[in-house]
Amino acid sequence: MADAVESPQVDAIPYQEFDKITEKYKGDPSAIIPILQDVQEIMGYVPKNSIGYLAEKLEVSPAKIYGIVTFYAQFRLQPKGKYIIMLCEGTACHVNGAKLISKSITDELEIEGGQTTPDGLFTLEKVACIGCCSLAPVMLINEEVHAKLTPDATRKVLKDYVNKEAAAQN
Amino acid sequence: MAGQGKTVIKVGLSTCGIAAGSTKVYELLEEEVSKNKLDVTVQKTGCIGMCYKEPIIDLVTPDGKLFSYGDVTEENAQRILEEHIKGGKPVEDLLILTERDEVVGRQVRISLKNCGIIDPESLEDYKLAGGYKGIEKCLKEMTPEDVIEEILQSGLRGRGGAGFPTGLKWRFTRGYKSDQKYIICNADEGDPGAFMDRSIIEGDPHAIVEGMMIAGYAIGASQGHVYVRAEYPLAITRLEKAIEDARANGLMGDNIMGSGFNFEMKIKKGAGAFVCGEETALIASLEGERGMPRLKPPFPAEAGLWKKPTSINNVETFANVPWIIANGADKFSAFGTEKSSGTKVFALAGKMKQGGLIEVPMGITLRDVIFGVGGGIRDDKKFKGVQLGGPSGGCIPESLLDTPVDYDSVGQTGAIMGSGGMIVMDETTCMVDMARFFLDFVQNESCGKCVHCRLGTKRMLEILTRITEGKAQPEELDLLEELAYNVKEGSLCGLGQTGPNPVLTTLKYFRDEYEAHIMDRSCPAKVCRELLTFTIDPELCNGCRRCVKRCPTECITGEKKEPHVIDQDKCIKCGNCYDACKFDAVIME
Repeated sequence: MADAVESPQVDAIPYQEFDKITEKYKGDPSAIIPILQDVQEIMGYVPKNSIGYLAEKLEVSPAKIYGIVTFYAQFRLQPKGKYIIMLCEGTACHVNGAKLISKSITDELEIEGGQTTPDGLFTLEKVACIGCCSLAPVMLINEEVHAKLTPDATRKVLKDYVNKEAAAQN
Repeated sequence: MAGQGKTVIKVGLSTCGIAAGSTKVYELLEEEVSKNKLDVTVQKTGCIGMCYKEPIIDLVTPDGKLFSYGDVTEENAQRILEEHIKGGKPVEDLLILTERDEVVGRQVRISLKNCGIIDPESLEDYKLAGGYKGIEKCLKEMTPEDVIEEILQSGLRGRGGAGFPTGLKWRFTRGYKSDQKYIICNADEGDPGAFMDRSIIEGDPHAIVEGMMIAGYAIGASQGHVYVRAEYPLAITRLEKAIEDARANGLMGDNIMGSGFNFEMKIKKGAGAFVCGEETALIASLEGERGMPRLKPPFPAEAGLWKKPTSINNVETFANVPWIIANGADKFSAFGTEKSSGTKVFALAGKMKQGGLIEVPMGITLRDVIFGVGGGIRDDKKFKGVQLGGPSGGCIPESLLDTPVDYDSVGQTGAIMGSGGMIVMDETTCMVDMARFFLDFVQNESCGKCVHCRLGTKRMLEILTRITEGKAQPEELDLLEELAYNVKEGSLCGLGQTGPNPVLTTLKYFRDEYEAHIMDRSCPAKVCRELLTFTIDPELCNGCRRCVKRCPTECITGEKKEPHVIDQDKCIKCGNCYDACKFDAVIME
């Protein structure tokens, strides 16, 4: 579920982009969900301060839009990190130890599901099944799949990302 | 198929194959083939179902001989290129032909018939495999009533879980007069552990298009919607392409094949809510609302999307339809049992030796599926139970392994057929933890409309959590059971009505495990960490201090190179020491 905690930063709203999106779905009363999907596509999240604007454009109440954003797991109200860790917690992964993987991520990065590290590098999202059940336990970091994980392997993967970032900084 | 007369290499490019690295293999093969000007066609295909052997490539020689290779890493792909394609000698140690024959040979593939065989992005391939013959037959030789009758005769039942006869659903929807009707494909596959819908769309998207067209013709709908999980980007891309290609070739739009039948299709991406697998919640979501279920009746057949008559069927159901029309109802009902005809796709996962996707005739026993097709339990551990039907289903114990897989027999055990997720558990799986896992899922996914589902599942989860932490009282088991029945009775939709099933079935078949947690404060499967004790074997410990560094409470003491000791009063049972130890000196019991 989308987290309702205040965003640490407020991004400027690209109104023109938003207008293009609402124009695309003009006259379709069912389009709130695809519109929000498009907004999230360009912003990375649904900024809280954009809800009022969208509501006015679509002639619905802000409460309705907020209700939809918080109902569906896909939408988030906070900006995401550079790397999104999608940890699979489907049944096959659970049976094969996803809980231990979750714990090692939390130990290593000090974030729980739905949270982003203070440096903005990682966001941890827990998802139910990405459909690679026979490679369980699995996590996706951005597009890359890391399969048949162990706690040690998980820590190593995360460290590799951190080191890669540190190297890029220097 | 495309490229006849030369050698064809087919690379399994489904999500599971890609996860195992098949994209790189595909790119490498394409590059090498063009660089070396080899007379070889490299093409994409879907998933053959042997996920545990991915990446998989099939090599078909000009004379039609098939060589199937498994575990094809980039390195192995080079070897196949050098030794087999250039050298003409098959790479024996990578061949999985015998195994493939064993796994695939035991199956009857109807809805998976093209998966892993044809190029899913090629309309031509689908047509060569007999595609669009079903809709052609409908439009040229059959009235809509004939189509409905044929599907009724075949005995096809909804493959999404509930098992309602498909033909009957279509007949009801056809029966209501309206200026507009809709056909909806439910591809919101939410059961964590089932992935057949994804695999069918990725491997054979035109079959879904054709199935929906036939259904549209039968009920009198000119519009089809596919509601698909946003988490399945590849499935969405392939389906979009299939729709575009069908449209470009006159197979979609107005006056299809000169018959006067019009049909259009749209894809809607779901936004992540398990409850949207329920018909009325799915309709609410399609209309742009929160996906909350509505009271039935009126059923969607009477007043569905935009209050118009609507038929909602599952992906696998649609995948069966063209085959039934092309081959006849009798051929279909020859498979399976009297009340559950045809085949069913199962996603085998968990502690299986050969996890993957299989399709078998209904009525074969669970034992045959798990120990026959699935190859048994990994590491030859002891089988404990199998979870059927995901969060709405139940755990079936070893004593019921000879249950035939059909809707009614599975229902009698307290589980449901569901969408066909089959998670196998061995002695190292804790059934209380399993029940807690599913309930946690249901509790999270409850839309909140019904009090029993919203609050009841929360209270049940609290009790289960207390049990797994060894803090529960014996009388709480009865309370848990009572709550479970209340939630089932007090909920509007399938989510609440079936959500307590995993708890009820584990209570029925594995009550001793619950009792061990409560009375003895122990977890027989050694999963619930709060109930375990961690000690260090002084014989095995060499004092490497790895565990000391990882212990968050600093409760491990001992000199370097001397055996260490855990202070039980300070230990929080996080298990870090157990994970850290390279010498198996930490004992967990």
